[in-house]
Formats: sequence, structure tokens, C-alpha cells
Amino acid sequence: MVRAALALEDGTVFVGDSFGARGTVSGEVCFNTSMTGYQEILTDPSYRGQILAMTAPEIGTYGINETDVESDALQLSGFIVRHASRIASNFAATGTLNDYLLKAGIIGLTGIDTRALVRRLRMCGAMTGVLSTEVLDHSQLVALARSAPSLVGRDLVREVMPQTAREWTESLDDWSVPLEQPSEGGVYAAKPASPVGVAKHVVALHYGMKWNIARHLQSSGCRVTVLPGNASAADVLKHKPDGIFLSNGPGDPEALSSCVETVRLLLGKAPMFGICLGHQLLALACGAKTFKLKFGHRGANQPVMDLASGKVEITAQNHGFAVDEATLPAELIVTHRNLNDNTIEGLRHKTALAASVQYHPEAASGPHDAAYLFDRFRQMMG
Amino acid sequence: MPRRDDIHTILLIGSGPIVIGQACEFDYSGTQACKALREDGYRVVLVNSNPATIMTDPNTADRTYIEPLTWQMLEKVIEIERPDAVLPTLGGQTALNLAMELEQQGVLAKHGVEMIGAKAEAIRRGEDRELFKQTMRKINLETCRGRIVKSLPDARDVLAEIGLPAVIRPSFTLGGSGSGVAYNREEFDQKVQRGLDLSPIGEVLVEESILGWKEYEMEVMRDADDNAVVICSIENFDPCGVHTGDSITVAPALTLTDRQYQRMRDASFAVIRAIGVETGGSNIQFAVEPQTGRMIVIEMNPRVSRSSALASKATGFPIAKIAAKLAVGWRLHELSNDITQKTKACFEPSIDYIVVKVPRFAFEKFPEADSRLTTQMKSVGETMAIGRTFKEALQKALRGLEVGSFGLGCDGKDLWGTAAEPSLDDIRVRVSTPDPDRVWYLRYAIKAGMPLDELHALTGIDPWFLDQIQQIVEMESLLRTVGSLAAIDDALLREAKQTGFCDRQLAVLLGSSEMEVRFERRRRGIVATFKSVDTCAAEFEATTPYYYSTWEEEDETRPKPPGKKRVMILGGGPNRIGQGIEFDYCCCHASYALREMGIESVMVNSNPETVSTDYDTSDMLFFEPLTCEDVLNIADRIDPDGVIVQLGGQTPLNLARALSAAGLPIIGTSVDTIEQAEDREKFRELLDRLELKQPASGIARTLEQARREVARIGYPSLVRPSFVLGGRAMEICYDNVQFERYVAEAFAVAQGQPVLIDRFLEDAIEVDVDCICDGKDVIIAGVMEHIEEAGVHSGDSACAIPPHSLPPEVVAEIKAATSCLALRLGVVGLMNVQFAVKREEGKQTLYVIEVNPRASRTVPFVSKATGLSVAKVAVKVMAGMSLAEQGIDADPVPSHVSVKESVFPFVKFAGVDIVLGPEMRSTGEVMGVSECFSIAFAKSQIAAGILLPETGRIFLSVASPQAKEIMVVLARRLIDMGFELIATAGTARSLADAGIAVEVVKKLQEGHPNLLDHLIDGRVQLIFNTPRGKGARTDEGRIRAASVLYGVPCITTLPAAEACVRAMEALRTESLGVQAIQDRLLVTQASAVPS
Repeated sequence: MVRAALALEDGTVFVGDSFGARGTVSGEVCFNTSMTGYQEILTDPSYRGQILAMTAPEIGTYGINETDVESDALQLSGFIVRHASRIASNFAATGTLNDYLLKAGIIGLTGIDTRALVRRLRMCGAMTGVLSTEVLDHSQLVALARSAPSLVGRDLVREVMPQTAREWTESLDDWSVPLEQPSEGGVYAAKPASPVGVAKHVVALHYGMKWNIARHLQSSGCRVTVLPGNASAADVLKHKPDGIFLSNGPGDPEALSSCVETVRLLLGKAPMFGICLGHQLLALACGAKTFKLKFGHRGANQPVMDLASGKVEITAQNHGFAVDEATLPAELIVTHRNLNDNTIEGLRHKTALAASVQYHPEAASGPHDAAYLFDRFRQMMG
Repeated sequence: MPRRDDIHTILLIGSGPIVIGQACEFDYSGTQACKALREDGYRVVLVNSNPATIMTDPNTADRTYIEPLTWQMLEKVIEIERPDAVLPTLGGQTALNLAMELEQQGVLAKHGVEMIGAKAEAIRRGEDRELFKQTMRKINLETCRGRIVKSLPDARDVLAEIGLPAVIRPSFTLGGSGSGVAYNREEFDQKVQRGLDLSPIGEVLVEESILGWKEYEMEVMRDADDNAVVICSIENFDPCGVHTGDSITVAPALTLTDRQYQRMRDASFAVIRAIGVETGGSNIQFAVEPQTGRMIVIEMNPRVSRSSALASKATGFPIAKIAAKLAVGWRLHELSNDITQKTKACFEPSIDYIVVKVPRFAFEKFPEADSRLTTQMKSVGETMAIGRTFKEALQKALRGLEVGSFGLGCDGKDLWGTAAEPSLDDIRVRVSTPDPDRVWYLRYAIKAGMPLDELHALTGIDPWFLDQIQQIVEMESLLRTVGSLAAIDDALLREAKQTGFCDRQLAVLLGSSEMEVRFERRRRGIVATFKSVDTCAAEFEATTPYYYSTWEEEDETRPKPPGKKRVMILGGGPNRIGQGIEFDYCCCHASYALREMGIESVMVNSNPETVSTDYDTSDMLFFEPLTCEDVLNIADRIDPDGVIVQLGGQTPLNLARALSAAGLPIIGTSVDTIEQAEDREKFRELLDRLELKQPASGIARTLEQARREVARIGYPSLVRPSFVLGGRAMEICYDNVQFERYVAEAFAVAQGQPVLIDRFLEDAIEVDVDCICDGKDVIIAGVMEHIEEAGVHSGDSACAIPPHSLPPEVVAEIKAATSCLALRLGVVGLMNVQFAVKREEGKQTLYVIEVNPRASRTVPFVSKATGLSVAKVAVKVMAGMSLAEQGIDADPVPSHVSVKESVFPFVKFAGVDIVLGPEMRSTGEVMGVSECFSIAFAKSQIAAGILLPETGRIFLSVASPQAKEIMVVLARRLIDMGFELIATAGTARSLADAGIAVEVVKKLQEGHPNLLDHLIDGRVQLIFNTPRGKGARTDEGRIRAASVLYGVPCITTLPAAEACVRAMEALRTESLGVQAIQDRLLVTQASAVPS
């Protein structure tokens, strides 16, 4: 068994067994508390530049399949689990986790006290770390970790966005459509306005967009044109969008000044909806600031209240930065709030038709509770 | 919307006695609910017939009624207490059914009582199978194909549509009682008929078989604003076909992709919404076809359940407590998560460990019962283990089961490599049919070289689990190759521990001893670390000290606060017959007592059903198996100042010597004293010195010796193996033929230990005494006179406080003897003595049968009957506070009569003879309280589900001539009450001779119509049958077994028959009143003052 080690910039070292690819990588070390959905997480572009530890201890159990994919590549730098399954057990499985990482060149670390790592990150905050199967000397590895670049201020979007525009063609499959929820007594509630009729045209700015977002948009009655995240406002408007979507993406939003500028120019030109990084960009475009959370929100169990209805949805989240409430301009209204730490989870513009959420209504992986937001966006477009 | 202000008093219904399918988990949920509601200022009225519960302690609810759980009794409580609402979803199926009866009888409407948590309509939709299916259809969720029928011909029609194998489930039965799979037409007919009979509404569901499908459970909560969360997903290791209560289960679900899991989550919410459970917890079961992922809903429980107790312990999320809060209007996000305190209860726990639950069975007690596992639950208890990997958790759970196994083989019970090693053919058979031992046979299969594909095909168990077992076997092989403790390197030793191997297994594999392994690994710094159960996978700081052991780098236990003492309480492990909730009750009280004394209480237990494993019962909770190694590992970390072993039943007592030898400070009665009471020679000497009598007795190590001893002692004699619990293989022999048969069995069970032979005292009255001794003073907490004669296991007989027939001077003699024994033995804490009182030569002679210097099963009953918190006082004594210092200087004097009655699981084991004997077989108990014995006894019978008839026909059958004499007297009294009597020829003649009218019926072999036919036709309302012979093969045995099937009470001892007649007479003139124990205890305290 090949050994692998992780060093954090604070000098902590964890030594375990290697799985997947071999080599040396650096990145921001963070953790995700989802108990399912590792394949979607591995392919989520927002993890670019990060070494991710899963808190759930048995990972790889149901293997890898062809459908649970959120982009065309594995995006994170390194993957850490307590125990990686050597077999895949599920009717949908087409391969094992180990082979998946190996093929994608992602370094995996297994057999370490992941809970100790998570506690370290919780107490000390997110840290830069180095994961290696080559450098196992502790002090050398720690030195590498200390000299590795920090995530703050880096433009990671460039690394994950597409180079060209494309028309999206895929909708949600049966397995991913949230089951209709009945009201009391087993009767279906009135269905939302059916998305039949002329499809609305949405231009999605792709900063590292998860595919399930585009699938949701399509399934809620939209025609989706995907543009690279650095597309100009003029590029966007050229497509005559009925709605503009700002996607999720990796890294520090304040490093993306030209994107912010683009959003500012687009605001009010068409109904706008942003998710995660897109939410932060909208806030920045309106004059708010973002800040780095101590260790971020990554998981599938974050409770968020819809302040208008008072109802709580359990959400999938993946963000290390958040919008600073103290800097919120008067035209932005908080619509959703995190029940754990009260951070802003959703915003609405007072005058322009624009809204955004910090979390992931498209789930994949995670609960479907917030899927209604896609219908809301569809309704915003009239 | 905070709490509702329009309701003030809430009626909470408990679940009654412990039975298969309903155990301590409802004490846990009920106790949590009481606390939660009172915290919000509601007045809680509780009704439960089970005295061995924390919830029936006088300070748990505002008003507590230990009364039979019938709708009539509940109406009386409602009339007195005038509750605004009834919360029926926390007392298991019993409470749900009772609430529905109250509703149907119009009681709730009449008294303006609102059903909260779930409305009657929702309960009906969840419980009525046809309505449930319809509702599922409306929301486009699949259920099993098939339908409800009310007759056998209709059932056959369904069979034609769905084919064999088919599943049969009767409606509204507890724990799926009467459910089963039919593989052929004959079996189908039988099971349908039995199901129709068992179902209180005479209907059964006939369905397509989903045998071998993957089975899942979702624990869901919903609030009044329609916020819904999943608390825990559970995956069954055993696929569909085995009741989830009998399955090994795992949390979280491991073999579903997120997409598949989220679909199940969506479906769970759709179900709870469609059924209309407004607030609280529900449990929804799903089956998934492994090849396609096709998902169907099996059933839902619109209430908290055994699984929700498991989910609570598995995640740290207190489902019952939150369910109670939601029922009174709170919403999830308004409630805080106790464990983190900073976050809200509106979230879904994330767990960073694996939980494995393994059921515990009691088939050794019912050798005639079918031990194959089916869709009807048969297990009597369960253990849960937490580990960082599945392998670790599984092995931990297997050793926590306390069935002599220390993991997956490599222990004393391992057949591999022995002469009894199973062949591949045996293995094939054993793995194909689920039974309690199957998991160990999976290992044998792998060791025998069976490919996992074949093993999967035979068992339907998910390949992921099978691969895990293979990994354990691979580690075993690696360790065998290393071969010695000296040769093993640190890394492998650590990995072995992380794979769940305990020191005992390592000793076997490395040719060493458990203690040597322990010493060596500690020397190398390989020690257990403890991690928190925190609901959030360490994302937030946990404040609640709830821990499990693992073998990682970081330990999270907190250091001992300066100047504070810590005392460890060892619990009782999984419920089993003979050791259950009574001991958990004692352990909880130990914790309360220590807290009152300012001592940190540390609970160690592995039973997820219990109150003791609630995270706020003790200052620290370790969810761990009760083995020597596991306890020592905790002690290494927390450095206890004392360890209590006398409250958790036999489990901790068995560890006492080893723990003490390893240097742990056992407090209370010393280990030497405990052993002295068990050493027959030393004990006999002590009795001689105290001039106390004991029945003649002997010890035999060989069959020859046994024959010599029995010749000396004479018949009848009691034969039993030593060092065996609960009267296992204990039999009374009346002659040489019986002796030869039973002594052979006793030697077999004794496994090398001697066999004990005692003179059996026939027709003696048995008495149980519980006392507390501080070394100087003794308090007699309770003297219990048994109803059944000596020879019936004390755990199975009914008993009364105060004694109902013994003269005061005999009671005084009993008390004096008890005091002497306690003081001379040097007991510090609790002691239980069993006496027999036999009328010899015109006077009552006292014999000492047995002394146990530990908490007995009767401690909670005595506490409820007398108002003295027996366990608490005893623990304070153990912790160094004398009785005098506690201000206790007189024995409690109860102001009323309390009768304890036992409850049996016979209905789950079709065909088993129910006759009582020295082997304990009851699972639970109830209590009846009144001013007089006859009414208290009547209440105990009603509470135990024994329906004493008011009119009709009674079958009498007695064996001995003396018994016939007594029966004649009873028969007259029955005739006077207007009953008709029937009997078979022998008994009928005696009755006729005495001038009593009796109808003669045929014996079974005399053709038709015989007694069985009368039984089936409902012509018999009660059976008095004292046995001649035992066993399901005898005529009598068949009749008794049939009485269970047809729900006709069958009384098998004369004293019990006599008590029944008294009760029936009393019921004709007096009505049953109810009284809160808070009021009864006031009377007791008042009456105790003058003395």
C-alpha cells in the first residue's frame, strides 16, 4: 500500500494510504458533511483549487456511474476520506471510486482520522495544505503547505469556464425531478403554472456551472444558452435573453472584478437569477462586499429560511465566501437566511428583477427542497 | 408560532408491559415527552401499566396513573383529570390503538379532548392497509401488489393474481404479529386463517413477495408549518423478508447514490404529508429492487417507533422530545439542537461514523419455536454499536450482543477449525435461511471459499456488506499468519483494532491471553480514543458528552473537573428475557442519585432502546459494549473513582471480578461478597451459623454423582446447571425417568460447570425480599408474596406487596432473616432474597432459596408500591452515604396493595406450551394497585391482557387429588357467579361427585367435538389447567398453546386460579377505580409518619 500524507499550513500532518492518482498537489483544505453524492461533489467545478475531506466515513460504497456528473471533469485537487470502498455496489454503478480518481489524475488519501482534521479546520479555519504521495517527510511537506498559494484573491473561474458559447440540450431525467409533494390528506397541491408555451430564453453565465442547474432551467421551460463567465454585457445582450442566469463557480468573488462589472451592466436589462458565486457577484455588483467564512458551508443539511413564507428548506451548499450584511446596499433585500449562523442566503433587488441564493437549489447532490426557485425565476420572466 | 396556549393538560399514553415489538424505547420516548411538555409548563397526565419505567416515577409526570391500559380505564382518568389534549404518538402501537378506541367510543368527543400529534384520520390512513395503499396510489408511489381480504376465498383470488411466494400481514397487530411468507398453497391457507383470527378487525393483507429486495427506513419529522426533515436513514443488512426489528441494520444508508437517496427522501415527505401526520416523527419503510432501483413503500408508522429510538441514539437528535414539542405547536426552527446548543433542531443530522444494530433473540427459552426469521418480529432486544467504519461497528455490535461471541468469530464460540466446523453444504443451508446465527455463517462461507457472488445469490445481502465481511476475514488471515503477539507490528495491530478485533479475538489469533494483548498494545501506545456523537459531523462544537470508542488519533473526552468525583455505572446491555428494563431503571436512578450527591455520573451501555442511553440522563454517556476490554478502555481514559456493577443485572456482575483484578474501584458490595453468595458451600456455612434452613441440596460434576445426590435428596427435586441465567434448563423432577432426561440436558447446558440439585418444596409459598444494607443498618424495602407456588420462576410469577396471605409473624421472621443475611454477608447496597414458606407439621417453616447481592428485577415494582426510591437510596449507600445520613430509619409501609403480573411472548411463538416453570420466559410486567388484594389482582390481570370473563363457560382440568379438592371449592364459587363449567372425564367426575353440574367434553384423542373444537368455536372463555405433563406434544400442551392462539386466558397454577376467582368475585361487586400514584404515595407517607 502506498502511503500518502497531508500537511496543513499550521504544521499538522496526517499520514494515511494513497488511493486514486499519485503525485503532489496543494489547495485549500476544506470539508463536506454530505453523506451521499461524492461523485457530484467530485465533478462540481466550485471545488476547483481545493482539497476536500468528506466527513462521512465510508465513501465509494455505491461506486461511480454515468449520470451523477456535474461537469466534464473532476475539479478538485485532492480527495480525503476515512475509508474508500474497494468495490462498487449499486445497479447504476459502472466503476469504482479508486479507478475514477486514478483516471482523472486526482490524488486520494484514505485511512486518516478525518474527524480530527475536520475539528482542526473548524477551530482554526480553512487552511492551505499539501497532499502528496511523493513527499512524506513532515517538515518538508509543511514547508510546501506554507509556501503554497492561498485561495483568496485568485481567479479560478478562468480554469473551469467554457471557452465558447453553447446551446444547452439536456433536461432533468426522471430520477432527478423532485417528487411532487401533496398537501394534507394526500391531494396534490395545484401545480405551478405549466411551463408550456413559448420557451423563455435564458443566457447562463458559466463561471463553473453545475450541469444540473442548466437541466433545471431547461426542465422549467427555458431555452438555455451557456456563455463563458467572462462574456461581456454586450455579448449577453446580443442573445436577446428573456432572463440572465449567474452560475456558481470556484474561489474568491472579489477577484472577479470584470465579471462584477458585467453583472452591474446587465442588472435591469432582463430578469436575473444567481446561484452561489452568481449570488455573490450580484451582491458585489450592487455595492456590497463579501468576506471569507471561517471554514465555509459545505454539505447537504444547511437549514435556510425563506423569510417571506417563514418556511425552512434544507439545502445543499458549497461556499467559502459570503455576502457581508453590514455592507448591503439599500436596494438589496435579504430574502433567505441561514438558521445555523444567520448569514445571508438569498437576496432580491428592490427595483430590478433580480434575485439570488447562496445555496444550491439544483441540489445534485443534496435535497430538492429549494427546486421551486427555478419556477420562480421562470415566473420572473413572465 | 410558539407553544399553544389553548391547551393546559395533556394526556400521555404509555405502551404498557415490555413485549416483543414494544420494549424500553417507549419508556425513553415517553419520559422525553413528559420532560419536554412540562418544561413548557403543561400539566402532563400519564397512564401506563408498566411499573418498571422511568416515566411512571412520581416526578416524571404531574399525574401518574399506573393502571391497566384499556379505553375504559383511560376514560376514568379523563373524567378525573380533564385533559385538553391526548398525545397518542409516543406510546407505541398500544397508545395509538387506545387513542383510536377512545375516539371510536366517543370518549374524546364527549370530554372535549383533542388528539394532538396525529389526528384519528391520519392514524387510520397510516394504519389501515387498504387506505394506506389508496393514499400511496394518489401520490404516485408504488406499494406491493396485492390487497386486503376478509376471508380465505378472497385471499385465494389475490394469490391467483400475484403468485407464490406471497406475504400475509394481519391488520392492526403488534410488531407484525401473525405476519409471514407462504411458499406453498397449504402454508398460504394456514397463514391467512391465522392472520384473520389474530387481526382485531379480521382482515389480512395478501401481497406479492419482495423477498431479497433492499430494505430501508427513513425517520422523518414534520412541524405544523409543514417543514419536514429526515433525521436518519437506515439500511437493513438483511434484505426484505426479515422484519426490520429482527434485521441487522446500519445507519446511515450506504449503498444508495444521492439521486436514489433524494428520491426516497422526497417520497418520505410525500408520504407523511399524504397520510397527514401534522407534527412529530414518522417512520417510513421502503424496499428497493436491487437490479433496477424500483422503489416501493412498504409501510409507515405515524408515530415514534423503535427505529426512531435507534435513530435518536444513532444521531444524537432527540426525536421523541422534539415530537412532543412539535405537537404543542412549536416549529422545528424555534427549537434548539441540544447537542450543539447554537444551532436549531430544523436540520438533518450528518454523521461521521457508522452505526450497526444487531437484534438479540431468546429461542433458547422456546426450544419448540421456529427460529427462522420472518416478517413477524421475534427478537427480544437489541444492541447498537458505533464505529468509524462498518467493520469496526459490526464486530463491536456482535460482542455487545453478549451471546458468548466477541465479534465475527475468532472467539470461544467459533466453530471454525473445530470438530463442529460446518461443511459447505451446511453453510449453504444456514446462510439461505435467515436465523439469529446467520451473520457468523457468512464468515464461515467466506472461509470455506464460497465466492461472494454465490453468497449474494443465496442471501440477498448487498455485495458491499459481504465484501466488508470478507475484509474482516482477510484481516483475520493476516493475523493468523503473524501468529504471535511478539511478531505483530504496530501498524497491523492498530489496523486490527480499527477493523473491530477486540483483545479477546486477538488473543485467540496471536496465541496469547486477553490481558497480555491489552498490556502489550497499551505499552505500544495503541489505545482506544473516544469521539462525540454530535449530530453534525464536527461542523459545530458539541456540548453534550456522548461518546463512542474507536482507534483513531484524536480523543475528545474532557478531563475530570478538579475536585469532582466520577462514578461509572455499568448498564445491562441488550434486553433479553430475565434482564431488561428493570435494570435500566436502576441504572438511571444511579445516575440521578450520583448527580444529587455532586458526583459525575458516567453511563456505559449498548442498548439503544433505553432511558439510560439518553444523552442527558448522565454527565457522560459511553455507548459501548459491556465487555471487560471496553469498560477498561473507558476507565483508562476517564479515571473513575468508583464503578457500580450491581445494578445492570448479570452482565456487569459477570465482569466484576476481572474489572476489580484490573484495578477498578468497584463500589458497594465487594466482589468477594458477591462470590461468597454464589459459592454454595460458603453460603451453606453462613446459613448454618445464622440457623436458617435451606432445602437439601447437592452438587454433581458427573452423571454418577448426580444420581447419588438425588437419591440422598429425594423427589421432587430441582435440577439445574450452575452459572446460568434466568433458570435456563432448570427442571423439576418427580421421578427417576424425568430425572434422567433433565439431568442430561442440564449437563449439556452447563458446559463443564457442575449441575445443582435441590430438594423441591412442593406447594410452598415463595417470597421475594428486596433490601438495602449500608453495612450497619438494613431497610427492608419490600416483601413480595408470590401468587404462584414455589417452582415457578420468580420473574414469571405474580406477586403482591404487602403479602396477601402470610401471617404477620412469618413476615417478621422473613424480615429478620433478611437483615441478618445482609449484615453477615457484608452487603453494601442492594440485596434480594428468595424464601419459600412451607407448612410443615402444622407450622410455617421458612427456607432460604437464593440470595443475590445485587439489584433485582423487582426493584422498580417495590419502588412504585412503597414510594421509596430503592435504587437511588442504595446508590447513595454505595457512594458512602449511610441510611441514617439519608434519614431513612424505618421500613416503608405501603398504604395499598400492589400486584405485579408477568407478561409472556407466547403469541409470537406459535405452538409453544405456556405452562410456567423454573425457566423464566416472561418479557415484561404490569402492576395493579388498589385498596384490597382482589381488585389489585384483577387490575393486574386486565393490565396483562388476561380478560377475566363475566359470563360464559370455564374449562377445568387438574391433575393431583389435592388439587381436585381445591378445585371443587373454586368450582362452587364459579357456579355461584353463574358460570357454566366443562371438564374432561376425570375432573368432571370429581366435580360431579361433589354435586357440581359440569358438562363433559372429549379429550383430543377421543374424537370430535373435543375441547379444541369448543375453544375454536368460542364456547370457552377461561381455562384453569394445572399441568400433568409439559410440552407442545402433549394434549394439555396443545390445548394451552391453542388458548394463546384463540386469545382465551389459561391459568396454569392453582393459587393463580384461586386469585382469579377472588378477582372475578370482587369485580361483580366493586367497580375499578383509578388513582394517581402521587395521591397514593401521599397516603403512604402519611401512614408512615407515626411509626
